[in-house]
Amino acid sequence: MAEEKQKKIRVLIAKPGLDGHDRGAKIIARALRDAGMEVIYTGLHQTPEQVVATALQEDVDAIGLSILSGAHNYLFPRVLELMKEKGLEDVMLFGGGIIPDEDIVKLKAMGVKEIFTPGTSTEEVIQFLRENIKK
Amino acid sequence: MIDAQSLKKIQERKVQWEQTTLKKTLEIMPERQPKFVSLSNRPVKVLYTPLDIAEMDYNEDLGFPGEYPFTRGIHATMHRGRLWTMRQFAGFGTAEDTNRRFHYLLSQGQMGLSVAFDLPTLMGYDSDHPLSRGEVGREGVAIDTLEDMEILFKGIPLDQISTSMTINGPAIVLLAMYLAVAEKQGVPPAQLRGTLQADILKEYIAQREWICPPEPAMRILTDIIVYCTRHMPRWNSISISGYHIREAGSTAVQELAFTLYDGLTYVDYGIQAGLEVDEFAPRLSFFFNAHNDFFEEIAKYRAARRIWARELKRRYNPKNPRSLMLRFHTQTAGCSATAQQPLNNIIRTTIQALAAVLGGTQSLHTNSYDETLALPTEEAVTIALRTQQIIAYESEVTNTVDPLGGSYYLERLTNEMEEATYDYFKKLDALGGMIPAIHQGFPQKEIQEAAYTYQKQIENKEKIIVGVNEFVAKEETPIKILKIDPEVEKKQLERLENVKKRRDPIKHEAALERLRAAAKGKENLVPPVLEAVKAYATVGEICDVFREVFGIYRDPGFF
Repeated sequence: MAEEKQKKIRVLIAKPGLDGHDRGAKIIARALRDAGMEVIYTGLHQTPEQVVATALQEDVDAIGLSILSGAHNYLFPRVLELMKEKGLEDVMLFGGGIIPDEDIVKLKAMGVKEIFTPGTSTEEVIQFLRENIKK
Repeated sequence: MIDAQSLKKIQERKVQWEQTTLKKTLEIMPERQPKFVSLSNRPVKVLYTPLDIAEMDYNEDLGFPGEYPFTRGIHATMHRGRLWTMRQFAGFGTAEDTNRRFHYLLSQGQMGLSVAFDLPTLMGYDSDHPLSRGEVGREGVAIDTLEDMEILFKGIPLDQISTSMTINGPAIVLLAMYLAVAEKQGVPPAQLRGTLQADILKEYIAQREWICPPEPAMRILTDIIVYCTRHMPRWNSISISGYHIREAGSTAVQELAFTLYDGLTYVDYGIQAGLEVDEFAPRLSFFFNAHNDFFEEIAKYRAARRIWARELKRRYNPKNPRSLMLRFHTQTAGCSATAQQPLNNIIRTTIQALAAVLGGTQSLHTNSYDETLALPTEEAVTIALRTQQIIAYESEVTNTVDPLGGSYYLERLTNEMEEATYDYFKKLDALGGMIPAIHQGFPQKEIQEAAYTYQKQIENKEKIIVGVNEFVAKEETPIKILKIDPEVEKKQLERLENVKKRRDPIKHEAALERLRAAAKGKENLVPPVLEAVKAYATVGEICDVFREVFGIYRDPGFF
């Protein structure tokens, strides 16, 4: 059992900034939990500092940021920067929200592993995490 | 609605039909699905007949438009007399940017303004607050001080236009700024027409733009209602909103039930504050979503009018019939729009807008097809507005009142939605009312459950979304989207800094001090907030006083 538990993927789903659109974040959080992952959800209105501190404290494998407010070009790089500062280079950063294609290209080049846009199925996100986090 | 003799004959024929024609058809060609359900998963039968509405009493349950219980509409002539107000929600960038969009929309035949504020403004923070980084002017227009508001309405005579403002936590501040701009234009409060959203309960339930905990937030709201009642007879003090509840993933019934229950809660607070129901109930307005299920949506609007009229009458027995009328704005469902094949959203919007019109809406916003990708371009907004104009001027659906009234299906659906709403009312009563229910997470969890179910249904293809889980394009054609100038944040910060330098520090400090004392006491907060905005206190500074005196609210974050 103990070994089994260690193998579980731990994910932090976070809502940074002032954006209150949490329908998607909560659906993803629940779907990942239903898929057997350990999910921590930050709740709304987190600063990038709070998000990274929670990730560190909870020892997660991945951080998923949900941003539908248009602030992604500030928030993703800021979280990446703080992750580096705190030595979380081995933690994967991914995200979802209303994010234009050209911004996705730039954010991925900076180190965001994947960005999911509206219409993505929860199954796709589950598969993605399973494939990219080896435990 | 039909005499017993005729009903009996219909019943006999129906049994015969089921055993012959229907049976034979099903033998040759089974139905496409084992069961048919509405968008909100209510079972739908193959056919509706007078038997499904046998219990209905025409005069009591439907009546005549403009008369109790207003099921068929709040005006005798509905859209024959006056079309709905075509009101496109707009706001982005700086006040100058949005002011330009307002002038454009008015030049294209839009009839009223509707302001979208950016997230810092909606949350009561200034553009220079650390949490505002990256959000300034992104989702709406950035407003920090009265100066921004003056620019926003430059060249727009406030005595001639009606303005709706989607603002809730800091509603009192934006109302005060609007009053101050009007004063500078020489327009007295009594002449102002428009709507303040100010529906704080649905923030905790769904939209999540709050400042203080629900209890003090209700005090601020009650002060707004009392002030508007006394000084702004043509102004809607509140827009009781189901829109955001639906966007958060609720069913149609949840949208209806939670919204009407919020409304009844506000009426209770108004009465407790010493108002007579007839003084303020006629100025309460509503705001509903228009989602994809055409009939379910129309039934929702009709049920809303009937329930509101019945409950107001039963609880307060008002003398003015206007107190019983549920007037509403509609917006097509943003959550139904898809990022895939975005032009298809134009069609979705058309169907939804048509439901709102046939449901008797008083005003309407049609979403632009590109809004799943960004804020809309001018071209996309124009198509959205033209959609309404085509319905209004070409489709001829406005020629008669409640044209679908009497449809066996629609009437049955209206009745079912009413019953289901009362079931929710009972649950909310048992929890001690909406505020205790919010603290217990009841409406939030009900909505989350519905949202999750819907997502699963899409993934299982129980519900088909064209372009998403069926009829998927091999390659998407990119569309042009609106980009917010990254300089907006810098420009806004500069202006804010300048205003802070130029304002009279003594007047400014005194106004905030007076507001603090008022917040700690019992006096109406609108006059001290008005004084503070005139002293160029910022949205953030004023809301900081609220945060300091009333405390803050944190997301319980359950999922």
